[in-house]
Amino acid sequence: MRIRFVTFMTMVVSLCITTASFAAAPIKIGALFAITGPAAFLGEPERNTAKMVVDEINKAGGVKGHLLELVAYDTSGDATKAVQLATRLIKDDKVVAIIGPSTTGETMAVIPVVEKDHIPLISCSAGSKITDPVKHWVFKTAQNDTLAVGKIYEYLQRHKQSKVAILTVSDGFGASGREQLKAQAGKYGISIVSDDTYGPKDTDMTAQLTKIRGSQAQAIICWGTNPGPALIAKNARQLGIRIPLFMSHGVSSKKFIELAGEAAEGIRLPSGKVLVADMLSKSDAQKKSLMAFVKDYNNHYRAEGDHFGGHAWDAVMLIKTAVEQGATSAASIRDQLEKTRNFHGIGGTFNYSAQDHAGLGKDAFVLVEVKNKDWVIVK
Amino acid sequence: MLFDQILQYCLSGLSTGAIYGLIGVGFSIIFNATGIINFAQGEFVMLGGMLTLLFLETLALPLWAAIPCAIAASMVAGLLFERLAIRPLRQPTPINLVIITIGGSILIRGLAMLAWGKDTHALPPFSGNDPISILGATILPQHIWILVVTVFIVAVNRFYFYHTISGKAMRACAYNRRAAGLVGIDVRRMVLFSFVISSALGSIAGLIVAPLTMTSYDVGIMLGLKGFCAAIIGGMSSGIATVIGGLLLGILESLGAGLISSGYKDAIAFIILLLILVIRPQGLFGKAESERV
Repeated sequence: MRIRFVTFMTMVVSLCITTASFAAAPIKIGALFAITGPAAFLGEPERNTAKMVVDEINKAGGVKGHLLELVAYDTSGDATKAVQLATRLIKDDKVVAIIGPSTTGETMAVIPVVEKDHIPLISCSAGSKITDPVKHWVFKTAQNDTLAVGKIYEYLQRHKQSKVAILTVSDGFGASGREQLKAQAGKYGISIVSDDTYGPKDTDMTAQLTKIRGSQAQAIICWGTNPGPALIAKNARQLGIRIPLFMSHGVSSKKFIELAGEAAEGIRLPSGKVLVADMLSKSDAQKKSLMAFVKDYNNHYRAEGDHFGGHAWDAVMLIKTAVEQGATSAASIRDQLEKTRNFHGIGGTFNYSAQDHAGLGKDAFVLVEVKNKDWVIVK
Repeated sequence: MLFDQILQYCLSGLSTGAIYGLIGVGFSIIFNATGIINFAQGEFVMLGGMLTLLFLETLALPLWAAIPCAIAASMVAGLLFERLAIRPLRQPTPINLVIITIGGSILIRGLAMLAWGKDTHALPPFSGNDPISILGATILPQHIWILVVTVFIVAVNRFYFYHTISGKAMRACAYNRRAAGLVGIDVRRMVLFSFVISSALGSIAGLIVAPLTMTSYDVGIMLGLKGFCAAIIGGMSSGIATVIGGLLLGILESLGAGLISSGYKDAIAFIILLLILVIRPQGLFGKAESERV
């Protein structure tokens, strides 16, 4: 038994040596995604996309002779587990860069680890505190809430509506949205006349909406992820509320229209461009990347690519671009990432700099409206 | 305007409360027959909604056929649960049984997650989606369905427990198990019955509320807890008191969310639960020595 094992190991080692002799060493990229658990709707498309992109790159011969190797772990949305797995990626798997985690809470927990071990991290979560203040080794690809809020307020300002009611879910996503909605209101001359919350598992929001109906609000802004906003849309219809209803980018997927049914008609929300990729004008700089992503994802998984998968697409492609510039070590990849200019990805056009590790501008979002069970771009 | 609002809060509260009440009655029936709290009750509520969806979409049955099929399938699940998890227990002390029901609920939830995934699903309403206006407040046809079904079930329950042999036998078990056994009542069969009936009630609650609230593999947790609150307020009665407890809970929650703060909606339910347990453990309507049927 022992001898057989030794023979086997010798074979493996010699195989490794021979392979290495005619190809450049593969570049190991770690990935932490919440593939199971409550944030699985983020982690699953992210993992799928990362795997798909790495496979495609390798099929095309890798980057400058280097194959990419993806080591992906499931954090189940748990910050403690994310930290353990990040350490494992760095110490055992010896990766040169990490993609993920999927949620803001996990990312904040992992940041001290990568800062200490000097490994670049490209987070796929949205919280603005991830890159504000700027951390040396941390970047992110998901759009800030700030930009989404700005997009809605801009529209309201243009249509001279100044009194809004906000209804946010009482979890991390909703709390962050609520903070931004309140912080930016003044800048756009908007006053919040009613500020309510609902629980992520609540089944009836008519009480909150009745209160809003009795207020002076000219528009309702709801911040949450499925299924809450779909219920709110149904409840608002039941109560005969006629003022415009805005949602967050948290529900920008077909699932929302499916759940809310007829009640979704006329609802507007800021969304990443991936949702309306085929409707964008040819001159849009992102169009090429978007169409490629949507097509590839559909070929691989028979499902529509969403902007969550897009965050992972951007992260892998950013690393690929860095490697194309000759970076192979952790430090050089980080330096190249910071030099990224005009990278037209899925989430938007990235321009990283030493002062900005989020890299996106307001053009990352478009305002869309539900019409005839589909999205249309609001001009 | 304020009158409109309060009426709307009450109407919304009534329909959610009716659901809490129905789930609560399921808790009480098992408690009365066996002396345990069946924490898997919420999962039967989930099964009601999800199974209806299964029969409706996967097997393409019409709604009127899918509903009885879903109820029947939930009853089979309840029967299997009692046979496989509750009855084989060597030493059926209440604490063991309660822990088994918690384990059972996690198992059922896990299986549902594997079978149907983690997505939320919408169920079509039974009859249209056009709001009905009552004195400035609005409700949906589905709300009326919920109230009608609740009243109907309370009536059927009343008839079953007071006018049929097996209902009377179940009440006898509630009073005194040993004495019931001595007069020839098969207590074990009554326990099995109680599980089947309460899983049917749970699934009915689940499937009539699903068109309003949508359903997913994990809706049972919160609905189950709220139903438990309703049963506690009603003093674990399997009749009208628990339903009133549910309605009260629903209305208070809705008024609290509207008039005080929506952030405290769930807190209100659990504060009521604690208050009742501390001040009137026999339930809001019970006498000190409550008649638990």
